[in-house]
Amino acid sequence: MTEIILRSLYVSGSALLLAALIGLPLGTALALGRFPLRRTAATLVYAGLALPPVVVGLAVYLLLSRSGPLGGLELIYSPPAMILAQALIATPYVAAITMAAVESVGPDVRLQARALGATPLQALLLHLREVRGSLVAALAAGFGAVISEVGAVMMVGGNVLGETRVMTTAIVLETRRGNFGLAIALGGVLLAIAFTVNAVLLALSRQSERRLFPS
Amino acid sequence: MAETRPRVATVLAVSSVVALSLVLASCGPRSDALHLGSTTSTYDSGLLDALVPAFTEAYPQYSVKVIAVGSGEALELGRRKDVDVLLVHAPAAELQFVRDGHGLDRHPVMYNDFVVVGPEDDPAGLREAVDVGAALRRIAAAEAEFLSRGDDSGTHKRERFLWSRAGIEPVGDWYREAGEGMAAALLVADATGAYMLADRATYSSLSDRLRLVPLLEGDPLLLNVYSVIRVSGARHPEAAGAFAAWLGSDAGRNRIATFGQAESARPLFQPVTQSDPPAETLAKLEQALSGQGLGPDR
Amino acid sequence: MSELLAAGKLEVRYHGRRVLDVEELTLCEGELLAVLGPNGAGKTTLMRVLSMLEKPQSGWVRYRDWTGAEAERALRRDAAVVFQRSHLWAGSVGYNVGLGLRLRRAGNNEMAERVHTACTALGIEDLIERDVANLSGGEAQRVAVARALILEPELLFLDEPTANLDAEVRAAFREDLARLTRSTVRGTLLITHDRAEAFYLADRVAVLKEGRLIQVGTPSDLYENPADPYIAEVTGAEFTLSGRVVGREDGLLLVDSGGVQLLSLGAAPDGADVRLAYRPEDLVLADEPRESSARNRFEASVTEVRPVGGLVRVRLDGPPGVVAVITRSSAEALGVRPGSRVTVHVKATALHAFPI
Repeated sequence: MTEIILRSLYVSGSALLLAALIGLPLGTALALGRFPLRRTAATLVYAGLALPPVVVGLAVYLLLSRSGPLGGLELIYSPPAMILAQALIATPYVAAITMAAVESVGPDVRLQARALGATPLQALLLHLREVRGSLVAALAAGFGAVISEVGAVMMVGGNVLGETRVMTTAIVLETRRGNFGLAIALGGVLLAIAFTVNAVLLALSRQSERRLFPS
Repeated sequence: MAETRPRVATVLAVSSVVALSLVLASCGPRSDALHLGSTTSTYDSGLLDALVPAFTEAYPQYSVKVIAVGSGEALELGRRKDVDVLLVHAPAAELQFVRDGHGLDRHPVMYNDFVVVGPEDDPAGLREAVDVGAALRRIAAAEAEFLSRGDDSGTHKRERFLWSRAGIEPVGDWYREAGEGMAAALLVADATGAYMLADRATYSSLSDRLRLVPLLEGDPLLLNVYSVIRVSGARHPEAAGAFAAWLGSDAGRNRIATFGQAESARPLFQPVTQSDPPAETLAKLEQALSGQGLGPDR
Repeated sequence: MSELLAAGKLEVRYHGRRVLDVEELTLCEGELLAVLGPNGAGKTTLMRVLSMLEKPQSGWVRYRDWTGAEAERALRRDAAVVFQRSHLWAGSVGYNVGLGLRLRRAGNNEMAERVHTACTALGIEDLIERDVANLSGGEAQRVAVARALILEPELLFLDEPTANLDAEVRAAFREDLARLTRSTVRGTLLITHDRAEAFYLADRVAVLKEGRLIQVGTPSDLYENPADPYIAEVTGAEFTLSGRVVGREDGLLLVDSGGVQLLSLGAAPDGADVRLAYRPEDLVLADEPRESSARNRFEASVTEVRPVGGLVRVRLDGPPGVVAVITRSSAEALGVRPGSRVTVHVKATALHAFPI
């Protein structure tokens, strides 16, 4: 059971990290950039929020399947496949909320920063500093979307005992077997984890405000 | 005096490295594991948790990943070669699979049977039925509550075959579809006192929690045969071959027969031998199933 | 006087509309140049362009000997800007004041010391630990100025620094600005729509109207030779006289206003309709005509007398109709009351004629 819990955290945590690395800059660029197809890209990101995770799972499965284009990588039914699928699920959440947050701050904040001698990067960070709470919410949303998701990890992971079984797929398995008590217990643990992780994220954001922004 | 360094660049670099190494860390030696595709009901019985370690003990150079999904999906995984060997129980579909060239060969390795379970008071009077067809006709006539798996699993395919063989199109408020796994569906049927077609292994493992009792068993059409199929063009053909051979070997057969001995007197899974079940019975069943057109729909 | 900042042929357009069209402008070393104009004149845009925070559609800006990207870099290093609404980042006053130093990678100890010094100069050293969310408008503006001055800038740009302050705090703040800009920076550009502030603080005033500079000069220049009715108005003139040019005399215009002939400064062709700008305090009232240097003299009756503070506003009906402002004692001495007749004396140089 511990192994399953740790694996859930590992898979969803890694996925969140990837989603953050892609989603935070992407959301910022969509909010502040002026490039052709920006509107289209933004609409796609929002559409990504409505994409059912199991469909993402199916797409990644078809990609990584041995008879698929990336089959040679031998990633099917392994944690990296699950991390990839979950990263794709979480990224729209992170990007969309980041985009809305960054848009909500006017350009005079960056102008003020530049007037104080900030480089464009420093000015951008000072801009982001103003919405750091929302950025944390973006990460929390991304995490929430993947820690509780079951369709994608089931498809690309296969729920293999000792290798790719996570809390959600274990819950499905035990429910199917009729072990409702165990399934509910796992669900409780899942909730507790989601709660704790979000509390930690929130606390971290409060403390790191000055150390991270600006450089 | 530059006391505060470019923190952002550092954070970005560090987290990228962390992210990559996390992902790569889990990329262990995965390419040599044999992918075994099986069905959820097989897996849920716990049989594979007993068989697989025995196999890897006999063949330490192999490791096995068990992917347990619905039988339709298992066969599709076989077609995509995402599994190297299959252990399933959908005879008509299996035969088609091999005929289409996706499987190298198919060998029945074990069997048990389906049973029709129902409430103790048996409102439809199944105890008087002579065979499964008669039983189903009685249920339809009495419009007694019947719960179907409804998920196109091996069990559900058999159930549909049996209805059509009995000449009945089951519709009405009395016929419900659960869309759940075998065990969960049994619990639902138990709660509402419905009739149901179940595989003996799952029923046995749950029987002390259930009030449902077996009311019709033994009909040859209720034979539930599990076969091992080597996938053609598999990634690990030698491992697949070793596994298939081991299942049919004395060691394998013994493991199958002794599974679940502690909980039930009768073996949950009976290894297939030359004479058991009789080849004729098997052949007739396969013909009947194929003839009824329960072919490769998944 | 050496030039700190110079600009020429500046043109800025927003959505096709021209908001700034400045032929040339310089800021000299040691001076405070005020840019005065009504709202919407383009003053903020001018400041942004001069501080190189914004690029004009055409034109150039030179800071000392640099132009282009080099000048921009140098300005970011040497100049500080205080906006009308300064953005304060969430955190303490100390954090905000030290922000510029933090951006320049200053060390923590040095920063603490300089923050304290800058806050003391603005009188807000007690607020260093306070959260910026709990500041009054005046305190917030002081934080913004402290944040700018801590960088020890050579050049200071101020955009309407007292516009959002209450009247009581405005005067004190203005005093502090006067003191600070003299002592610490080499040149200041002050944007304002408040003429009193401009005239009080500035060495030179540039008047901007609808994107164009209509006059640049010392406060006295503007006061004595307004180039435009707006400038005359801004320097305290009132318009109640209109008339027609009927001739010239000694380089002055002869304007007929309601039958009375008045000599005035200005330029207009014969026969043109003009408005005569004058300051009420430049009209001298007497109970009978007397010899004086004022070349304009006419009789009028009083229609309204209104005390304003220590002065008295007198409305007179000539023709022409005018308003005069005299001291209380004069009013008493003359015995002005509605209906009484007085003689109005006004110097030709106190009248400015502008074509209508």
